[in-house]
Amino acid sequence: MPIIKVENLVKSYGNLTAVDGISFEVEEGTIFGFLGPNGAGKTTTINVLCTLISATSGKAFIDGFDCAKEPSKVRKSIGIVFQDTTLDKDLTAYENLVFHAYLYGVKKSEIKTRVHDALNFVELYERKDDLVKKYSGGMKRRLEVARGLIHRPRVLFLDEPTLGLDPQSRANLWGFITEMPKKHNVTIFMTTHYMEEAEVCDKIAIIDNGKIIVEGSPEELKKTVGGDVVSLRTRDNNWSRQEIKKMFGIDAEEKDGELYLTTGKGDACIPELIRGLGDMVLSVKLQRPTINDVFLKLTGKAIRVEDVSGMSNIKEEVRAYRRRH
Amino acid sequence: MEFNAIYVLVAREFKKFIRERSRLVSAIARPLIWLFLVGAGMSRLVSPAGGMSYTQFIFPGILGMTILFSSIFSSISIIWDKEFGFFREILAAPVSRLSIVIGKGLSGTVVSTIQAVIVLLLFPVLGLNLGLLQIIEVLIIAIALSFCISTFGILLATFYDSYESFSVIMNFIVMPMFFLSGAMYPVKLLPKPLAIATKLNPLTYGIDALKNAIFPVEEGPMSADFSLATDMAVILILSIAFVVIAARLFERKK
Ligand SMILES: Nc1ncnc2c1ncn2[C@@H]1O[C@H](COP(=O)(O)OP(=O)(O)OP(=O)(O)O)[C@@H](O)[C@H]1O
Ligand SMILES: [Mg+2]
Repeated sequence: MPIIKVENLVKSYGNLTAVDGISFEVEEGTIFGFLGPNGAGKTTTINVLCTLISATSGKAFIDGFDCAKEPSKVRKSIGIVFQDTTLDKDLTAYENLVFHAYLYGVKKSEIKTRVHDALNFVELYERKDDLVKKYSGGMKRRLEVARGLIHRPRVLFLDEPTLGLDPQSRANLWGFITEMPKKHNVTIFMTTHYMEEAEVCDKIAIIDNGKIIVEGSPEELKKTVGGDVVSLRTRDNNWSRQEIKKMFGIDAEEKDGELYLTTGKGDACIPELIRGLGDMVLSVKLQRPTINDVFLKLTGKAIRVEDVSGMSNIKEEVRAYRRRH
Repeated sequence: MEFNAIYVLVAREFKKFIRERSRLVSAIARPLIWLFLVGAGMSRLVSPAGGMSYTQFIFPGILGMTILFSSIFSSISIIWDKEFGFFREILAAPVSRLSIVIGKGLSGTVVSTIQAVIVLLLFPVLGLNLGLLQIIEVLIIAIALSFCISTFGILLATFYDSYESFSVIMNFIVMPMFFLSGAMYPVKLLPKPLAIATKLNPLTYGIDALKNAIFPVEEGPMSADFSLATDMAVILILSIAFVVIAARLFERKK
């Protein structure tokens, strides 16, 4: 049974239809990415799922509970990290978490251990007695993630968890997020408009103007826009093209003195290329399709013109971050 | 009702109250200014009947004012919480709106009663003579009135989302409530229209109850306007009404 099930969900504000008949399912223990540009309807969907607003029509279930009819049961089984900070800045990190534990009815005898564990998980234990107003943006986000886990929810909602963070903090936060399904036995539902972040998800749905325009695993979606592109500069393009044709049976395209070949597995074909062409090769570059290309293809517009500060491959950044720490 | 949630809402308010020195200082300074600057000045002009000084006469009113300001201030902090997002943390929790209103109402009650007690301790300085029973009576009234005004403040807070509204609430609701409460002058001496407005004000009954407790045998123009039973009944009924309406308003989903 899927842990989140949404059927034909509609939410209108007067004339504006913020969410326009979406349906999807999320399997337990996975990371589900909800992608879309500003105003697409991501937060609105989260608000309905979290029982903070009621849907105009359609149904939503979490862990088998109806979001409209059993809000209190739904609330017990979810944790939320809102798009904007919802910490009490005049309390310490520790106090914020204890407050949350009481609010969610965690047994008194367990509160202390749970708060300690949560703080340790996000590596904030040392700073637990600092007022939250002294925290950096990244620390606040981590604290909110920790808080969302205190009452052991089945599903954790993360609305733009890395928005406004620097690359280092983003990678750091991503490290925790990707660990969560296994470590805390929780399903992650996250929204983002950073396309690279979506690649970490098990499944992605892209929403635009309140409608889901495509759904699938990152690999599936990327396939829809063709494979990887390997571009190379060589000493002799004509000779190289013939060799490539012999090796892979692909016609390489020549553009501005560079050769481009489109293939399913770009990373695997690079060593072969170099072996085959030897020192004719001057340089090789691998370009992989991104979710952004998927979005571009489906809507004809880029999801967001924003500098992502060199975070072109979030998975690698996360790995690199883990290595450093 | 979720008692955990009610408890932690009160604990949070208490912690912040203790931490914010400036709030405590201004909470104690305000009644002192009124008693010793305004009260002492007015005493030269006004000499109430029955051998009571004007400063003594306004003492229940100043207690009421302390409760008014501290209760409203505590409840209005909901608007701050809304502005800074923390209120969503509370609203998203598996906690009934009734518990949230009661929790916030009791938060205001606790900090407001503490401040009222501090002011109450001034009574010997003013030459008042209060017995233990009277002190207990005043304490009970202070608690009831604090809860009533706090829940009224919560009701106000449901209508506003940004702290710019703070000065609107202070100037157009809180200050008129103070002046139309019988704090500074007896209700029975007021012209008709003002007397009616005064009777619609919850604070009036709280201050009147305090007058009943502090000057039990007083007769004449400076005495209480209603019986203690009437005062307490009005405070109780209004408190319940404010709680129910505020909980309803929070329930409303967009
Ligand atoms: N309370 C509201 N009243 C009226 N319109 C609203 C309300 N909340 C959201 N909307 C509108 O609904 C649409 C979807 O908003 P939503 O916040 O869900 O977008 P989003 O995908 O989360 O965008 P972002 O990436 O900017 O967070 C927007 O056009 C927004 O203006
Ligand atoms: Mg949003």
